Parts: sequence; C-alpha cells; structure tokens
Amino acid sequence: MAVISPLSSGFGLWGPLFWVLAFAIAFIIAFAIWSLGTASYKKGTEQGRPYLSGNPEPEKGAVHIRAGNLYWGYTEGLKGYYDRIVPLHTGIMTDYLLWIFWVTGILLILVVVI
Amino acid sequence: MTWEVITSNLPALLVAVPLFAAFLCPLVGRISPGMRASWVFGAMVLTAAIAYILAFIVYSQGTVIYVFGATTPDLSVPIDSGGIPIRIMFTVDAMSALMEIIAVTVGLGVLLYSLSSDERRSGLENYYTIFLLMIAAVLGMVSTGDLFNFFVFLEISSLASAGLIAYRVEKGVAVEAGLKYLMVSTIAGIFFLFAIGILYGQYNALNMAILAERIQWTPLDKIALVLMVAALATKCGSVPLHFWTPDAYSMAPAAVTAMLVVASQASLYGLFRISFTLYGVALSYVTIGWVIIILGVLSMVVGVTMAIPQKDIKRLMAYHAVSQTGYMLLGVGVGLAVLGDQALLNSYGYTAMEGGIFHIMNHALYKGLLFLTAGAIIYRIGTSDLNRMGGLGHRMKYTMVFFMIGSLAIAGIPPFNGFASKFLIYESVFLFSPVLAIIAMVVSILTLASFVKVFHSVFMGPPLPEHDKVSEVPFPMLAAMGFLAILVIISGLFPQVFIQNLIVPAVHALTNQAGYLGTVLGGA
Amino acid sequence: MFWNLPYIAVVLLTIIGIATILLKKNLIKMFLGVSILTSAVNLFLIVLGYRDSGIAPIYTYAPSELMVLPTPQALCLTSIVIGVATSALMLSFAVVIYRYYGTVNVDEIRELKE
Repeated sequence: MAVISPLSSGFGLWGPLFWVLAFAIAFIIAFAIWSLGTASYKKGTEQGRPYLSGNPEPEKGAVHIRAGNLYWGYTEGLKGYYDRIVPLHTGIMTDYLLWIFWVTGILLILVVVI
Repeated sequence: MTWEVITSNLPALLVAVPLFAAFLCPLVGRISPGMRASWVFGAMVLTAAIAYILAFIVYSQGTVIYVFGATTPDLSVPIDSGGIPIRIMFTVDAMSALMEIIAVTVGLGVLLYSLSSDERRSGLENYYTIFLLMIAAVLGMVSTGDLFNFFVFLEISSLASAGLIAYRVEKGVAVEAGLKYLMVSTIAGIFFLFAIGILYGQYNALNMAILAERIQWTPLDKIALVLMVAALATKCGSVPLHFWTPDAYSMAPAAVTAMLVVASQASLYGLFRISFTLYGVALSYVTIGWVIIILGVLSMVVGVTMAIPQKDIKRLMAYHAVSQTGYMLLGVGVGLAVLGDQALLNSYGYTAMEGGIFHIMNHALYKGLLFLTAGAIIYRIGTSDLNRMGGLGHRMKYTMVFFMIGSLAIAGIPPFNGFASKFLIYESVFLFSPVLAIIAMVVSILTLASFVKVFHSVFMGPPLPEHDKVSEVPFPMLAAMGFLAILVIISGLFPQVFIQNLIVPAVHALTNQAGYLGTVLGGA
Repeated sequence: MFWNLPYIAVVLLTIIGIATILLKKNLIKMFLGVSILTSAVNLFLIVLGYRDSGIAPIYTYAPSELMVLPTPQALCLTSIVIGVATSALMLSFAVVIYRYYGTVNVDEIRELKE
C-alpha cells in the first residue's frame, strides 16, 4: 500500500493517482458527449480549408506567428525592467569575472564583518 | 569469493571503470566505430550497475567508507595516527548515493542519445574519452569525503566540460562559449583552493569529518566559507554569477548539455555538503541560510524573466535551468536557516529540504529530457533559431509528445514530478516567509508561459514549405528520450515511493552531522 | 619568518593577478593573470607548511628532526598540474578563436550576448 499512498507534506496531501482517476472520469464523460455529435465531414472539399471572410489565404509561412513576436505585450509592458536587465548580459568575459569578484566581496563584508 | 572482493571495493570501482574505459577508448576506436560505440555503452552500463548496487548497499546498511591504501577498506583511523584519518577516503552516505543514482541514470540516457546524434562528426574518439572522463569526475565529486579530493574532481569536470562545450566549433562561437566557461571555472577553482589552504593552515586536516569535528567560527573560517560558497555558487549557475550558463548550454551538443546540468548539480551538492556537514551548526546558519535563500530567489526571478524574450531554443532552456536551480537553493536554504532549531526543523525544515533535494532529481530528469528534445529538433532542422521553425508537430510526433511531457513537468503541472517537489517547497516555504512562496508560484506560471511559447512556435501551426523533408529522429535518440520520459511519469505518479525510500534518508544524512562523524571517526 | 614577508607576497601576487584579469583587454594577458593568481595560491599553500629552521621532509640522513610539512607540497604539485592542463586548454581555445574571429580582444569576442 505504500506504493499508492498519497504524498504528504506536513500540511496537506497530494495523491496523483486520484488526480489521474478524476481526469480519466472527466475525459470519459466529455468523450461520451462528443461522440453524440454528427459525424459527417467531407475530406478535401471546402469544409477543410480555413475561412477568412472571403479573403485569399496567405501562404503558410506568413500565417505562422514567429517566436520573436509572441508575448510582445508582456515585453512592452515590463520595458522598464527589461531595459535594465538585458544590457547587463553583455557577453564580455571581463564583466562576468567582475560580477564574481563583486559578489565575493559583498559576501565577505556581509558574513565576516556583520 | 570474487563477489565479496567486488562488493568491498565498489566505491573505487565507481570511478575506476569510467577512467579505464575513457583512456582505452581511442585504442578501441582504431578497430571500428561500431566497436567504440559498444565499448563506451558497455562501460556506461557497467558504471550504472556499480552505482545502483552501491546505492542499494548504502540505503540498506548505512554509510559506506572506502579508504584508499589501507589494509582493509574501512580502516578510516589508522592505529598509529593518534585518532586522525590521514588517508583519502570516499564517504558514500545517503545523499551521495542519491546524487550517484541521478548521475548514472541521466548519463545512461544521454550516452544512448549521443551514440546516434553525433555519429557523423569527426574527432569522435576524443569526444567519448572526455565524456567518460566527465562522468568519472561527477561520480568522484559526489562520493568523496576529502576536501582536496573534491577540488581535484571539480577541476577535472571543469576541464572535461569545457572541452566538450567547444566540440562543435561552429565558426568559433562554441569555442568562445567554452573559453568563457573555462575562465569562470578556473577562477572558481582558485577561490576554492584558497579556502582549502586557509582551513588546512588552521586545523592541519583535509578530511571532511575531522575538519567538521575541529572547526570553530573564527574570522578565518568565515572567509573560507564565503570563498567556498562563492566558488560553488558560480559553478552551479546562480544569479548574479550565471552569465556563463546560457552561452555554455546553448553551444554544447545536446547530449553534453544534459550532462552539464548534472555537473552543475554536483557543485550544488558540494555547497550543501560544506554548509551542512563540514560546518554544521558552527556557522551562523541564519545569515548563511538567508544568503542562499536570496541567491535562490534572484536566480528564480532573473532566470525566468530573461528566458521569455529569447529566440534561441537552447538558450531559453538554459535560462530555465538557472531558474530551477533557484528552487533548489530556496528549498535547502530554508532548511539551513532553521538548522539549529529542532522544533522548526521538524515542522517545516525537513519538508523544505525534501522538496529541494527531490527537485534536484526531478530537474535532472526533465531538464535532460527537454535538452534532448531540443537536440532532436536541431538535428533535423539544422538551426536552433525559433523564428525559423514551425509546424513540426505534423511530422515529429514522438518528439512533440516528449516535449509536452518535459514542459508540463518543468512548469509544475500535475500529475508530473515537477508538481510534487514544488508542492513540498511551496507548503514549507510559506510557513517560513509567505512572500517567498508567492514569488515561487509566480515564477512557475512564467515558466509555463515561456514553454507554451516554445511549443507554439516549434510544433504548432501549418507545416512550413521549407521543412518539407523533415522526418522523425532515429531510434536510439527516441529510446533515450523515452527512457527519461518514463522516469518523469513514474516519479510523478508515485512520488511517495521515491521520497520515503530515496529522499528522506538523504535529508537526514545531510542534517545529521554527528552521525557522519561517528561513522567516519568512530568506525574501525 | 621575517615580518610575515611571504604572506605579504601572496597578497601582492593575488592583487596583481586579479588586476591583470580585470583590466587587460588582450586574451593572452588575461591568461597570464590567471597564471599569476594560480602561482599566488600555490605560494600560499607552500608557505603554510613552513616551520622555522625546518629542513626538507626526507628521513634518510636527516640532520635534525624538525621538518617542514610535506602535505601542502603535495597539494601544490597537484595544483600545478591542474594549472598546466588549464593553461594548455585556454591557449588552444585562444588559437581557434583567433582563427575564426581575427582578434583576441575580449571586447570584440561577444557573439553570444544577452
């Protein structure tokens, strides 16, 4: 029974097997409701192509949103933070070593003196 | 009779087998590449078997001591030495056994992967030699009970990793990454050696157990601790000393990156070993605990926020490695900060440390899986730029499933193992200080956000015309990814088994300094 | 020892080494700085083992029983070997970088940034 007992932190229980069981029951119910729908679909006709209000469909490479453009709103919104952190990652090796010495110095003062 | 000889010499065999296999690898490679592949794989399977048997012995019978050069392997204190262990020894307690299991499991999967992904490269005999050397160094780092021996293995792993990072000289960029890694590691090693010198000058001992018995909290000890903490924090990639991590992890071959994650975690193990076992309650644990907690929180936040705008798939995953290291530092830092107070330790200290150390195991598994899937994508597409990928889910179905498993695990979504360890960390850190738990949860959400970004831009969308000829990756790579994915799923569905049998003994071995001393010094 | 002179030498060498690493822009000069820093730590280890009017720790035909400590000498030998391997690897990296980038100036070797 130790294999399937839930994980207990001191304050709560987490039983992944019960979670999987609940997920499976919900999935079965959803699948039963889905399979009650109509099953008519003619492959290769107008039903399969995307509908863009009558406009011509652009080519496939232009439809896909690239990674650099995702989360633009998030990056714009936190511009104050990003404008300070990103230039810190300069790529110059001397700056990396300077950070090591600064952190060692601050920790030395913090631990030894205080 | 032979079985007893092997069993009593297991800790030495653990490092000797990869070393021996590494140095014979170029000779075997002269015969044929297939011979070299089976030699390397056989050596790795043998090392894994030795590590599992040793871990089984440690978990069932307690700490195993192996003294090099004594008449019997557990003669730690020689009769005529006046009570001082003077030889180099390997002290394998439960925490070391856990790190060894993690190292050989990930190493086994990674070696199977790299047998097929690096097949068509030149200079392969050097690659496998240095790879086996790196595995030997990581295994030595986590098993040793002697401080200078730890430094030697640390330097071996730094040199081997730097050579492997620069293996694919992609017009000099990979060599630049290897150079930056090597400079940072060398400076960290010099700091560590300086600290060893200070401790040796004061107490005339290099063995961790005898140092732990004699150490007091003099100003020189404080300087030594700060130097060691700074050196090991640099080696494991915590902010603000993390700048080498994205460069090195993105330019290394994918299999090597997964092993680099394990090497960074071995340095994290060194940090914990020094704080808990070497110094124990002699240090002002509140100050050092809070230092480690602040390093952890900074790593979590800066790591994940720098990961979101990245456009290179492996660089993004490297920033996530920095962020997850923050979780481990946070969990164990909370445990360190309440070390002297037994009531608080029992109430949430042990749980926080269990969460942190379980996170080490989970992170090695799912981060290895993610880097291997990234390597599979780069193997087929030829570029690692996210802006040029798209619609790969139509053709690389297995890779997509493994990537989904890995990214759900890292974001902490039930029922995978990321959730189990984060659950332990959240619950216990919340009692210590609620702000830290809230920061940890927000970081988890941002982790999920950035992996949704990667999933969309790589796998979703219509199949692009330039990736028309892409097919699934070869079978050994799929087998390696499947091996790690199955381990992720199993440790997510049955976390209690792993925690009760593997993690809780490790946590108790780490916090029980008196037990460590008694085994090494009081033993025969 | 005379006014702790060897320890002052260790501190001076450390400062010179760290200053060379942080202030010089040429890659080869940075490697020389790392080498100086390694020599400083090696000197520190040897000086720790010194005992006043002690002889070399060899038992055969020893004129007196007071010897300097041999363990730091072993540590220093290991450290010198590690230093040799590190220098060899760093210099070979510098050769390959010069072949591809055309420069050994640290400020210009920054293909990997932010």
